[in-house]
This record gives sequence, structure tokens and C-alpha cells, in this order.
Amino acid sequence: KAGEILDDQKIEEFEARLIKTDMGVVSSAAICDEIRKKHGGRTVILDEIQETVKEKIRTLLEGEGDTRWDLNDPLSPLKHNPDGVTVILVAGVNGVGKTTSIAKLANLILKQKKTVLLAAGDTFRAAAVEQLTMWASRLGCEIVTRPDGTDPASVAYSGCERALETGVDYLIIDTAGRLQTHTNLMEELEKIKRVVDKKIPGAPHENLLVLDATTGQNGLSQAEHFSNAIECSGIILAKLDGTARGGVTVAIRQKMGIPVKYIGVGEQIDDLELFNPQGFVDALFA
Amino acid sequence: MFEGLTANLKDALTGLAKGGKLTEGNIRDGLRQVRQALLEADVNYEIATSFIDRVTEQAVGEKVLKAVRPDEQIIGIVHQELINLMGPVEPGFDFKKSGITVIMMCGLQGSGKTTTCGKLARLLKEQGRKPMLVAADLQRPAAIEQLKVIAGQVEVPVHAEAPDGNNAVKVCQNGLSQAKKLGNVDTVILDTAGRLHIDEDLMKELEQIERKLQPDQVIFACDAMTGQDAVNSAKAFNEALELDGVILTKLDGDTRGGAALSVKEVTGVPIKFIGVGEALDRLETFHPDRMAGRILGM
Ligand SMILES: Nc1nc2c(ncn2[C@@H]2O[C@H](COP(=O)(O)OP(=O)(O)OP(=O)(O)O)[C@@H](O)[C@H]2O)c(=O)[nH]1
Ligand SMILES: Nc1nc2c(ncn2[C@@H]2O[C@H](COP(=O)(O)OP(=O)(O)OP(=O)(O)O)[C@@H](O)[C@H]2O)c(=O)[nH]1
Ligand SMILES: [K+]
Ligand SMILES: [Mg+2]
Ligand SMILES: [Mg+2]
Repeated sequence: KAGEILDDQKIEEFEARLIKTDMGVVSSAAICDEIRKKHGGRTVILDEIQETVKEKIRTLLEGEGDTRWDLNDPLSPLKHNPDGVTVILVAGVNGVGKTTSIAKLANLILKQKKTVLLAAGDTFRAAAVEQLTMWASRLGCEIVTRPDGTDPASVAYSGCERALETGVDYLIIDTAGRLQTHTNLMEELEKIKRVVDKKIPGAPHENLLVLDATTGQNGLSQAEHFSNAIECSGIILAKLDGTARGGVTVAIRQKMGIPVKYIGVGEQIDDLELFNPQGFVDALFA
Repeated sequence: MFEGLTANLKDALTGLAKGGKLTEGNIRDGLRQVRQALLEADVNYEIATSFIDRVTEQAVGEKVLKAVRPDEQIIGIVHQELINLMGPVEPGFDFKKSGITVIMMCGLQGSGKTTTCGKLARLLKEQGRKPMLVAADLQRPAAIEQLKVIAGQVEVPVHAEAPDGNNAVKVCQNGLSQAKKLGNVDTVILDTAGRLHIDEDLMKELEQIERKLQPDQVIFACDAMTGQDAVNSAKAFNEALELDGVILTKLDGDTRGGAALSVKEVTGVPIKFIGVGEALDRLETFHPDRMAGRILGM
């Protein structure tokens, strides 16, 4: 391989590629400053530098063993409650893919020969309950619903009651989309978590934030605000089947430590995959 | 955040002497700060870069004003150029003189199409028109039910058919005939399914709807939180459909909304409205000056 001189233009081109992944101008600049310091003006092999950067991002995304993504066990990223039902609360801003991701996750659970109960906690958006109900009937799993306008915390509570009654393995609670700056709605989310914890101590065991892969820098604000409310334990990165790279999750992992657990790659029931740090980083630079 | 940008600019522009001239050299660092602000607001990388080139060209040679601080002067120039690029505003729709005006809503999954159809119906009704909604999303579970509920809330008729074995083009055509038959409808709003711009089959479906229905207005619903990818999707939808307007949704949060600039730059299509909440009255006219301030973090 022949080397090339690493001039400012080449560094800038590389920075452009980083920024276009949505990882943010600060993270991108930090990476490029380091490259400039180490290799600026020297003869280098660009591919090798890129490999080093990829390696670094992969290591960051993998974390230090806080999360497992075991291909043989699609439920491996999820905390498991050894004493009974594992409760998963799903939240995020409007339209990111929460309800669909819940259906996909339930499908994964069922495929592992485990049982799952859904709670239709979005009693606000038009036909949100019907949407989750249709998924439940396609999946053949039970769902707890209440009329529109019911306090979502009370739907979550009913979900917990029903889960304890039936001894189901997993309970997944859907919530209405909300923008993270609407304080009252974030308090509503906190209340859901509190009520669930009261009924099933230690629950929810997973508080999953759904992010839309097309999201830019606002993703950081989403992660911060939702974590303040419900301590997000993981991210589902939906809509990664488009042309967006979802790079903001790199900045989120760096700043707040929240790992991506699953990725959404389509609208169908099987379109949920385990997050794969290497695959993700390869796609980031593809 | 505007404070952040001003503070940084102030530091970067200390070399500017009052009464002197702005040169490429003495504004470079300042404009780097502006560029960073644009990128943090999710303005597309290329667009941010060419924007800075343009502003530099414009600013160089100007006198450093005595009356305002140099940072304010630069922000003034930047702000005005952003306004120029995002304007002018064209909030209205072109309605047919006689017959039924067709408005077609399109966009990526979850961008806010169905809600925005309801918002538009409400607004048009308020203006004395007689809108009808057509449920052309046969894919997403309960999408039809959602539009029906929304139609009920704004009290406008809705045309809906069973989704199974049906096709969206047909539903739109039937919706239009139905509107003609009803007689008291002058505007039809088509709510199409969300789709990725790289999904060839579904993009073809949209093109078919356009060909068969000849919509007077094709509106692209764009999520204001979209990052660098906004240019890709907007461009592809515009190439497939020749968009007439953009509605930027979900601006009630804290997103800086750089997508507004990106989408306008890459399509040339005017941004007509912004969505500022889930409720059906949360639709506002687009103001380039406010958007410019927001992108800069003002
Ligand atoms: N292409 C693609 N579309 C997706 C994916 N996940 C969800 N969607 C689509 O995105 C749209 C929104 O999904 P929902 O599950 O309704 O999103 P939500 O977050 O529950 O929305 P609200 O409850 O209204 O806030 C739907 O059209 C889904 O089919 C994905 O991974 N890829
Ligand atoms: N906060 C806020 N939420 C909005 C706005 N517009 C739409 N939404 C919400 O965004 C989510 C998605 O809206 P929809 O109208 O279902 O989006 P869509 O594009 O029709 O979605 P698909 O048909 O699944 O592709 C819902 O939760 C809406 O309530 C807005 O301006 N502000
Ligand atoms: K979205
Ligand atoms: Mg939902
Ligand atoms: Mg819709």
C-alpha cells in the first residue's frame, strides 16, 4: 500500500464523514484533532487511520462488559428478573418507533418460548391502543388495555397486576410519545415508573429509550431528559434500514454510557436485531 | 445557547478594530464558530460549509461598524443570510378555481403525516373550505383508525376502505370520486403511508398516486429533529414527486431544527407550516426569521 501525505484537506474530508454520521461536531473534531496531532503532515495510509478510529468507536460502544449481545440468545442484552416477571418500560419522543419496536421485541421473546404480556400505556394518541392491540393479536399474546384518556400509570399498574396473576415471563409497557422538554409529560413518565416499582419492587427492570436513527443532535437531549426521568438502561435504535447512520448514539454512549441494545431495520415483526458494535461501526463508515 | 455563540464570537473577533475593514483573515475564526453552531443545529455539512463561504464573501470588505460590537455585526449578517435562504414564506395553498383541490401528504415513517393531515383539515375548515380526508395508509396497523379518530375530532368526512388486498392508489381514486359524489367537499387530503426514500416499490406507489390523482399540492412532512440525513430523504421525495411545500413537525421541543435550512436548500421547496404540538390546532405559519434565530440558538 502506498502512503499519502495527510494534509488539512484530507483531515477535513474525514471530519465531514464523521459529522455526516450524526455523531456530532464536538466528537468529530476531537477525533480529527487527535489524528492531526499524531499524523498531520506525515505520510500515512488512510485506511489504517480509519481502522484505528473505527476500533476506538467500537471499543467505546462495547463498553466494559456492561452489556451482552449474544447472538445465540436474543434476550441477552436485557436484565432478567430471577424472581418473576421481567418488566420493560418503553419510552421516547413522538413517532420514533416505540409501539412497533415493542411488537418486535415481544416477537423475539415468544420465539425464545417465553411468555409476554403487553400493556397499552399510550391512552393519548389517536388509535394508539388499537395499533398495539392489532400487533398483540398478530403475535397471539395477551394485552391489557384501558379506554383512551385513562391515566397511563393506572394502565401500567393493571399490567403489573395481570402479569402477577398469570405468571408471565415478560411485561412490556408502551407509553405515549412525548417531547423531552414537556415537563408535565416527563413527570407522567416518572409516575408510571414509580407505580410499577410499587407493585413489583425493583421493576421496571429495563427502561428502554427508542431513538429514531434519522435523529440528529437532539438525540443527546432526548437521552439526557429521558434518563433524568426514568434512568434509561438501553436504547432501541429504530429505522436503521434507511440511509441515516444513527451516529448520535456514539455521542450518547460517550457522554452518558447508555448502550444500544437493539436496532430496528424495518416495519415488520422480524425486523429487530441485536445491536452489533462491529457491524454498526462498519456501517457508520461505509 | 445564543449566549454561547456570542461569547465565542466575541473572543474570536477581538482583532477587529472599529472603523477598520472585515477581511477573510480577521473573521475566519468568528465564522468557524458560526459554522460549528450550524452543525450543532444539524444543518447539513455541505450546506453549512457553502453557507460560510457565501457569508465570508459577503462580509469581506464591509466596514467594522462603530455602533455595534463586531460579534453582533457578524451575527446580523449571518442571521439575514439564513432568512434569505429559508424564505420567502408562502403559507397559502393554490386552490382550484372550480372542482376539487387535492393535497397529498408524504414523508418518512413517523414524521407526523397523519396528524398534520388533521391539522390542515382543521385549518382549511376554519378558512371556510370543505375538506375531506382519505386514508391511504394501508400498511401501518391502525393507521386508518387513527385518521378516522382525527377526522372525528375536526369534524370532517373521511374516506376509508378495508386495507386487506386493497391498494392505496385505488383508495385515493375512490376517495376522490366519493368527494365528487358528496358534492359538499372542495378539498381532498390524502394521508399516505410512511416510507423510506430508498424503498423503490413504495416510492413507485407514491408516483402512481401522483400520476392518477394529479394533486395540486404535494406536501412533505419532515421531522424537525432530523439530522444530516434530511437532505437525502427530502431530495429523493422531491425527485420522485416534485414537492410543493414542506411542513416541519415537532418543533415544540428543543431541537435547533437545522433540517429546515437543509431541506429548503436541497429542494428549493418553500416551508409552509410548522407543527408545534400534538393537538390539532398546533400548526403555525413558518417564519424564516424565527427559524434563523433558533438555528443560531438565539
Ligand atoms: N423503516 C422502518 N420503519 C419503522 C421502524 N420502526 C418503526 N417504523 C415505522 O415508524 C412509524 C412509527 O412507528 P410507531 O411504532 O407507531 O412509533 P411510536 O414511537 O410508537 O409513535 P407514537 O406512539 O405516535 O409516539 C410506523 O410507520 C412504523 O411502521 C424501523 O425499524 N424501520
Ligand atoms: N410534539 C409533537 N408531536 C407531533 C407533532 N406532529 C405529530 N406529532 C406526533 O408524532 C407522532 C407521529 O405522528 P403521526 O401523525 O402518526 O405520523 P405519521 O407520519 O403519520 O406516521 P406513520 O403513518 O406511521 O408513518 C404522534 O405521536 C403524533 O402525535 C408536533 O408538531 N409536535
Ligand atoms: K421521526
Ligand atoms: Mg406508539
Ligand atoms: Mg400516518
